[in-house]
Amino acid sequence: MAEQSGERPAFRYKTAELGMAGLFLVLGAIVIFDSVRLGARWDENGPQPGYFPFYLGLLVCLASAVNFALGLRLRGERNRPFVGVQQLKLVLAVLVPSAVFAGLIGWLGIYVSAILYVGYFMRVLGAYAWWKLAAVALGNSTVFFLIFEMWFKIPLPKGPLERLLGLD
Amino acid sequence: MEEIQSLIQGFGVALSFKNLALMFLGIILGVIIGVLPGLGGANGVAILLPLTFSMAQTEGGQTSAIILLSCIYWGALFGGAITSILFNIPGEPWSVATTFDGYPLAQKGRAGHALTAAFTSSFIGAFVAVIVITFLSPIIASFALEFGPAEFFSVYLLTFCAFVGMSKEPPFKTIAAMMMGFALAAVGTDPVTGTLRLTFGSVHMLNGFDFLIAVIGLFGIGEILLTLEEGLAFKGASAKLNLRAVMETWRELPRYWLTSLRSSAVGCFMGIVPGGATPASFMAYGVARRFSRDGEKFGTGQVEGVVAPETAAHAAGTSALLPMLTLGVPGSPTAAVLLGGLLIWGLQPGPLLFVEQKDFVWGLIASMYLGNIAGLIVVLTCVPLFAAILRIPFSVIAPIIIVICSIGAFTVHNSLFDVWIMVVFGVAGYFFKKLAYPLAPMVLAIVLGDRAEASFRQAILGSQGDMLVFFENGLVGSITSLALFLLLLPLLARVVARLRGR
Repeated sequence: MAEQSGERPAFRYKTAELGMAGLFLVLGAIVIFDSVRLGARWDENGPQPGYFPFYLGLLVCLASAVNFALGLRLRGERNRPFVGVQQLKLVLAVLVPSAVFAGLIGWLGIYVSAILYVGYFMRVLGAYAWWKLAAVALGNSTVFFLIFEMWFKIPLPKGPLERLLGLD
Repeated sequence: MEEIQSLIQGFGVALSFKNLALMFLGIILGVIIGVLPGLGGANGVAILLPLTFSMAQTEGGQTSAIILLSCIYWGALFGGAITSILFNIPGEPWSVATTFDGYPLAQKGRAGHALTAAFTSSFIGAFVAVIVITFLSPIIASFALEFGPAEFFSVYLLTFCAFVGMSKEPPFKTIAAMMMGFALAAVGTDPVTGTLRLTFGSVHMLNGFDFLIAVIGLFGIGEILLTLEEGLAFKGASAKLNLRAVMETWRELPRYWLTSLRSSAVGCFMGIVPGGATPASFMAYGVARRFSRDGEKFGTGQVEGVVAPETAAHAAGTSALLPMLTLGVPGSPTAAVLLGGLLIWGLQPGPLLFVEQKDFVWGLIASMYLGNIAGLIVVLTCVPLFAAILRIPFSVIAPIIIVICSIGAFTVHNSLFDVWIMVVFGVAGYFFKKLAYPLAPMVLAIVLGDRAEASFRQAILGSQGDMLVFFENGLVGSITSLALFLLLLPLLARVVARLRGR
């Protein structure tokens, strides 16, 4: 945890609380907006499609307003560091490649993307030798290929390499 | 005793070779899932659910599929204790309380005793809960056959108000998270009129958000990100479990019969009223500490301090299936995923299940008895193997888990868009966990949203918009009142505390 390691905080709880409550307020407002567009009242057929979501949006907004107010009152001691700079870097070092991985699937297929992703992860976070990460990354994708394509017959997204090898 | 007869028939279904094999496979997979960071009961079952789609289409396949998935759940419940005791890392939230006395025991070199106590009490807690399910669920189901839309909505209301009243997270965060879950469920086609809602013209949003994707992202990716913060190294006690330690512990355990009984009661109650396994384990630990003669020594490595939370967690985790089967209202996120499975296989959870799908229901209940025995055998004999999994470095296992989560998210609807949504839910899960926004009510709201809305609209349509329909008769009135009482419980507790403080 950040407070124990004495690490410089990237941002504090107050920022995080206010940000999250604010996001909820915006999302709640979107729900209310769309519900009103669809009609949130009664007509001759009973409740309109927006009737139920309208109140959901309203409750989201009300509860988030309270959370926002509670967040504003976080001061001094109680406003603990949310995440340290080093911790945040580590989290982003995993999150960004994961998002890239999710993006690559559509283009390269899941097996090749997984090889690149596992390899990158082991290299950057574990500093493994090339042969080790190659073995794990290739082995991992091969096992998944056997399980899904051969055993369960569930086709997963494939890319140019599989087409080249005639596996698609 | 009609239940006994049905149960014997159920054993006939569950005791086939195929189902027994699936049971052991499920338990082993479940323990592995429970031990690994980022994979737990809820998302583990969610990821494996698509693999059962084809299995469920064969004759009697639905029963086999539910046996496989529920055994993964039991295995995950067992697995959480291993990491808590040996590594002081709760593999599952409900095993946090197990670390309090389990890890000190392991440090004293009594890891074997702690593990045996944990597994045995898990087994006992689950066993009590299965007995409760066996005898209580037919009664509740026959009672619920009379339910109309107003009654069903009041039960949903009770479920969600219980979360506000009983969870340890701040009530307004619980409400915000829950209502957001309902709003996510409302995205897509309106079930009554067919109008498109909240899609903003996007084709991807037509079918709304699938809760399986949310579960995989929130619990899986979010958990990995959190684990990263706490550092990458696992340091653990060695996992030796010899026959002598097992026997010694078994001789010691009968002394704590009262603690076991109390914890089972707490667990069953918290599982049926959807409090869930996590608060149940904390509550049982607190109760045991207060009533035990060695109460002051709790936290220094008392076997009793392992018995209490483990018994309660398993009792709660198991009995969470009772409202899922009888009312179609799951008591925990994992039960919600199982309910999602039932719906996908074409079964309608709820009271009619006990009339129309006798083989399925009683096969499942019988498999709970057998699955827990199988689980006890597997964990007692294979602990070192499972502990070895934790020694795989995080930088190897984490990317593989994220790949597994992505495959799981993709296979739900064969949609790449779902994988991206999963990543978004993962980031949300990381922030939710750190800011104490509860995940369980949000997941349950996504699962139950459409049905809660449908029963609400049917009920008020019948009464022409008069909200008094939820107090119309004694039954629906008392459920609604109880729900409102639970909703206001945090407020009442505050008022009482303030009055006492004066």
